[in-house]
Amino acid sequence: MPLSHYLILSAIMFAIGVAGVLLRRNAIVIFMSVELMLNAVNLTFVAFAAHLNNIEGQIFVFFVMVVAAAEVAIGLALIVAIFRVRQTVFVDELNLMKW
Amino acid sequence: MQEILFYLFAVIAVASGVAMVLHRNPVYSAIFLIVTLFAFAGFFVLLNAPFVATVHVIVYAGAIMVLFLFVIMLLNLKRDPAREQRKVTRRTLGVILVLAFIVEIGALLFAVTANDGLSVIVPAPQSETTLVGSTTVIGRSLFTTYLFPFEVASVLLLVGIVGAIVLAKKKLE
Repeated sequence: MPLSHYLILSAIMFAIGVAGVLLRRNAIVIFMSVELMLNAVNLTFVAFAAHLNNIEGQIFVFFVMVVAAAEVAIGLALIVAIFRVRQTVFVDELNLMKW
Repeated sequence: MQEILFYLFAVIAVASGVAMVLHRNPVYSAIFLIVTLFAFAGFFVLLNAPFVATVHVIVYAGAIMVLFLFVIMLLNLKRDPAREQRKVTRRTLGVILVLAFIVEIGALLFAVTANDGLSVIVPAPQSETTLVGSTTVIGRSLFTTYLFPFEVASVLLLVGIVGAIVLAKKKLE
């Protein structure tokens, strides 16, 4: 498969992730969309690794995965903490830094 | 064969990605995201990266999505269509921003891929033999050249664990 196909596909997936972040109110769905964007970038890394016959792209995917895992753990803990105080996870109702 | 599989996975990934963004119920969104992630694992196999594909399925479908579903069910979110449909101006603004982003990235991709521009920017492969990202190859690279980033990543995960526990605790003494 030509590299450009993978680049276009990963651009489409990234755009879907951006759409999810901008259009949804639910903080959990926004987090899932961020995951989708991270995965689109991972696909670009692996596609370039395959195209260049170079293992470094696949190594980098591991570090992206580590960051994604840490981000999800912290983010969901934050959502739980916010829900405990405000009883909501809809981001348009979370308009104060201080509660 | 590769082309057929690529387009099959591409259709699955895009369709379930769109369904994830558009579905009202967060549980269904999470399940559509799992389908998308499996399609991505298929791409990784097609791209000679079987180890990345395996780790991807284990980490994402196995760990991260369980965490998502766990939190969704823990918070017991009721879906609220009226709340989701409110604020039309903000929604149209979001659609405009998304379209602007798509035009931007589409123009960039077109500029790069048209007239064989990609082969100018991207260097030629370093060797002709196909490199398969097996466990041996990745492990050797990860524990020699990239040993220090690997250790830093473990510290990052430790910070993540501690931070999640501190944040989720009811009261700190």
